[in-house]
Amino acid sequence: MDIRLDGISHFYGATEVLRDVTQDIPSGKIVCLVGPSGCGKSTLLRFIGGLERPSKGRVLQLGIPPSDCLNPLTFVFQDFSLLPWRSVRGNVSLVLEDHGIRGKKAQTIINDVLRRTKLSDFSRALPKQLSGGMKQRVAIARALAVNPAVMLLDEPFSALDSQTCELLMDDLITLWTRQPFTAVYVTHNLTEAVRLGHRIIVLSRRPGMIHEIKEIDRPLSERSYADPELETIRKELWELMREEARAADEELQHV
Amino acid sequence: MSDTTLRTPTQPIEIRFRGGGFVPQSRRWVGMVVFIFIVLFIQWGTQSGLISPLTLPQPADIMTTFVELWQSNLLFAHLAPSLSRLVVGALFGASVGIAVGIMIGLFSYVREGLVPLVAAIFPIPKIALLPLFVIWFGIGEGSKYALIAFGTFTPTVVATYGAVDNVDRSLIRMGQSFGLSWFSIVRKIVLPGAMPGILSGLRISLAIAIILLVAAEMLGAEYGIGAYILEAGSLYDLERLFAGVVILSLLGLLTSGIIGFTERRLLGWRV
Repeated sequence: MDIRLDGISHFYGATEVLRDVTQDIPSGKIVCLVGPSGCGKSTLLRFIGGLERPSKGRVLQLGIPPSDCLNPLTFVFQDFSLLPWRSVRGNVSLVLEDHGIRGKKAQTIINDVLRRTKLSDFSRALPKQLSGGMKQRVAIARALAVNPAVMLLDEPFSALDSQTCELLMDDLITLWTRQPFTAVYVTHNLTEAVRLGHRIIVLSRRPGMIHEIKEIDRPLSERSYADPELETIRKELWELMREEARAADEELQHV
Repeated sequence: MSDTTLRTPTQPIEIRFRGGGFVPQSRRWVGMVVFIFIVLFIQWGTQSGLISPLTLPQPADIMTTFVELWQSNLLFAHLAPSLSRLVVGALFGASVGIAVGIMIGLFSYVREGLVPLVAAIFPIPKIALLPLFVIWFGIGEGSKYALIAFGTFTPTVVATYGAVDNVDRSLIRMGQSFGLSWFSIVRKIVLPGAMPGILSGLRISLAIAIILLVAAEMLGAEYGIGAYILEAGSLYDLERLFAGVVILSLLGLLTSGIIGFTERRLLGWRV
């Protein structure tokens, strides 16, 4: 299942946040959205996930999701969004209950996703007992449980320290290599983008427009920490963004 | 050079600790000690004549009165109707209050319609409405239930809709992003998320319920803690008056203990 962004523009009041964004998101690939703060990249992700409506333009779904897919467009949020009163297992089970999946069938799915995210030993723990990295792994497990056609990751690692982030990126690459999934990954961190993105879309500062599209052909499993080739791409992207990031930083907030 | 040697200390000095404090710690025995100290002080004061018997009765005499009340079985004759009034009235008022509070929290029309009404009802001293309740519900139990229920209703509504408003919106967004039904979001995200606020609201509502219980029983009740206190008061029988007050305090401790227990059971997930 592909996603097509068709001429998307958006306004918050009089402020134009996005201008005429058109782009296809191919299935089985990870597309990274990068850009200076306030360029509307998270807003664009919420349009794709149907949590907000653009002022102009449409988000289209091309093809139908596989039949075993419970929630085609599934988010992983920056703040994890785990229910603090439910255990790790309960948090995963939450998204299955509404699809009528209970009992043995649910247990099988839950055990499988917890194993894939290395959380099997913590299934009874409450979120308050978990570290930030583990909380995000629970959120990823929860997303995997509904078998998404497209994963929408909204700065998933920005609340974590850089070491945890590094570990989780490795985990994400392993997950993708074992079973490729489609993902839109919003980040402001170029290192994450060059490690995880098959395609990197650079948005300009407000109003966000597509500034540059960079394809990286190297397979994910071959990209390693501080890889010189990736480093070159990262520098190139940063040169593109630097002035805009500075200008965005000096902009006054419209509150 | 000699200057620097003078300033260099010969011995290493340990850094002075300046953190700590400002963290509430559990000191459960302190409450008991304060209570015992006050009772012993009054006992000493009344016995030695420092406090005249007209100002305060002797704690020992209050105790004797209380034991007599117990032995004559009158304690239960007064306590049973009071407890049943409290339970029925508070249960009714709190459950309707929680239901209305949740509706206000969830639906904008209900909010716009009822919040001003609740704000208008809240400051009315419910005791002032007792004659009205007597006309509506009769002199019997009905008016007493109604008074207590009405009094617990308003603070519960206010606490509940505040608690619903404070539920983390990002969790609701999460529920929507996973395609949870509206009813599931309310039941599995909004209600548990509002529970801490609802329970702390109940703490206040139940204390108000006890106050109104006494008020209701001061009017047309033969048995009940309120009737007992009123009778003792009109006879200036301070020992019995205080015995009644002690029972009310115990009742307050009991309800607060029940809420505390519920909080520990239901809200163990809180950080």
